Amino acid sequence: MTAAALTEPTRRPLLRRLRAPGGGPLFTAAVLLLGALVLAAALAPLIAPHDPEALDLRAPLAGSSADHLLGTDQSGRDVLSRLLYGARTGLLGPLLVVGLSTVLGILLGTVAGWRGGWVDTLLSRLLDLVFSVPGLLLAIMFVAVGGPGLTTPVIAMSLAYTPYVGRLVRGLARQEKARPYLESYRVQGWSGWTICLRHLLPNIAPTVLAQSAINFGYALMDLAGLSFLGFGAQPPAADWGAMINEGESALQRGAMLPALAPSVCIVLAVVAFGIVGEGIADRLARRER
Amino acid sequence: MTRYLLGRLLGLAAVLLVTSFLVFSAVHLAPGDPVSFLLKGHPATPEARAAIAAQYHLDDPFLVQYLKWLGGALHGDFGRSIQFRQDVTALLGSRLPGTALLIGYAAVLVCVGGVLTGALAALRRGPLDRLVLIGTGVATATPPFVTAIGLVSLFAVQLGWFPGPGSTGTGLAGRLHQLTLPAFALALTLAGLLARVTRSAMLDELAREHVEVARSRGVPERAVIRRHVLRGALGPIVTVGGTTLAGLLVSTSIVETAFNVTGVGQLLVQSVTAKDLPVVQAVTLLIVLGFVLVNLLVDLLAPLIDPRVALAPGDTA
Repeated sequence: MTAAALTEPTRRPLLRRLRAPGGGPLFTAAVLLLGALVLAAALAPLIAPHDPEALDLRAPLAGSSADHLLGTDQSGRDVLSRLLYGARTGLLGPLLVVGLSTVLGILLGTVAGWRGGWVDTLLSRLLDLVFSVPGLLLAIMFVAVGGPGLTTPVIAMSLAYTPYVGRLVRGLARQEKARPYLESYRVQGWSGWTICLRHLLPNIAPTVLAQSAINFGYALMDLAGLSFLGFGAQPPAADWGAMINEGESALQRGAMLPALAPSVCIVLAVVAFGIVGEGIADRLARRER
Repeated sequence: MTRYLLGRLLGLAAVLLVTSFLVFSAVHLAPGDPVSFLLKGHPATPEARAAIAAQYHLDDPFLVQYLKWLGGALHGDFGRSIQFRQDVTALLGSRLPGTALLIGYAAVLVCVGGVLTGALAALRRGPLDRLVLIGTGVATATPPFVTAIGLVSLFAVQLGWFPGPGSTGTGLAGRLHQLTLPAFALALTLAGLLARVTRSAMLDELAREHVEVARSRGVPERAVIRRHVLRGALGPIVTVGGTTLAGLLVSTSIVETAFNVTGVGQLLVQSVTAKDLPVVQAVTLLIVLGFVLVNLLVDLLAPLIDPRVALAPGDTA
């Protein structure tokens, strides 16, 4: 567990070895699936057959039919339309978490790795402290104070994911700083900021992005869990986690689709992000060698 | 060793102190007047407001309030729940057994299921190994509440083998029967993770020279696997297993909500929803305490399993 371990993305064992021989088709399928998801989210208003919040109390828990392909939920709302609109919050939340944690992690990690000394000690301890608190618990605490909604869980999760990026960037920055090309820029009198922005960051960016892609799937899972608990998007907004929560009582009355459809979406999205993230990380590892 | 332990315990106390401070300040960070916050916006007479202010020491300076609360917490007094009108400690006491049983059940499932599956995949390469890899890949990508949905729809609704959410069993056997589906939902994600770690740790060990030597000396294969391969692979298995158990403490709130189990995790969710902050403070501290204790235990076990691991103060994070 030395510096070497800290300059690779933290690869939680998700799907690490699950690759078809050659690695190609599964990666392609995952990318296609994610593309379809993004398209569905972007075009939801155009392709959704019904208004996701339109109630139809005459037809609650209707089964699959030509009008409602995936049936209706307990309030008679069209499940397919809610699924499509749910993809919007389902993808936007993790995107914000990954974006914020990447920016914050790069900032803290670069400063810690580049400056060294007490700044490094302080920032590293800070990252370790955040790392030691489970992300879900942190988010629940934030919701207890800030109230539920889309913003609070996203902020809490961004903080919880920052150490993953921050530790990685710090290790990479320390390693790169010792390289002759950065040394020579310093000798030429360039400022630390310029060197970091124009030379250090572009060189470590691919590795950091691989970590962020891996984080995306986990963030999606965590945020869906929070909205399942009722801490995320508030009703009547369509959201996968909330749909599963609402669908649970329908399940006991024999209607499977309202809960199962969003469940399948979550698992597929997490698996796809895992495959893509690991695929990128593997390609990088091969290029380094 | 004693010095190391002392250092770790001090560090543990520091983490708890920082957490307790953060958790306590949370009430004060919340926008608005603390009394109205505690009343959840209900109208109240000035006397009632004064009583609440006195009960929570709200007229004292912030640090004094914190120290008083901390003193109470050290004596096991976390104040009163606003939602349940009951002492938080008594409330926790009534909720803890259910959660402990659920976590224990799930922990057994994770350890037995995860290690067995992983070991099987490592020893029987080929189609079984690929099947395990795909299965564990999907398992680690399935959050507990999705597993809960699948289990309820199959085993409670379709087959009727297990009771659905919300039922309560009597006696230990009844409770265990009722907690079977929640325990599986809690265990699946982490069992998949542990199976993967076990598999790769055993494969690493199988390729080592000492295993080759043991085999060439004619040691029976069973003994080679048990005494040399599994023994060597135990280090990573215990480390990941420990962090896994710590993870159970947190995801239990999701599973207890999904299955309507009256436990500490469900209490946390209910209290956050109802803004019952004394309970939130106590449960959060409890979970963090369990979390750091499990991590400490894993670190202490490591040198017992693998004597080459030194208990150096520099290794701790």
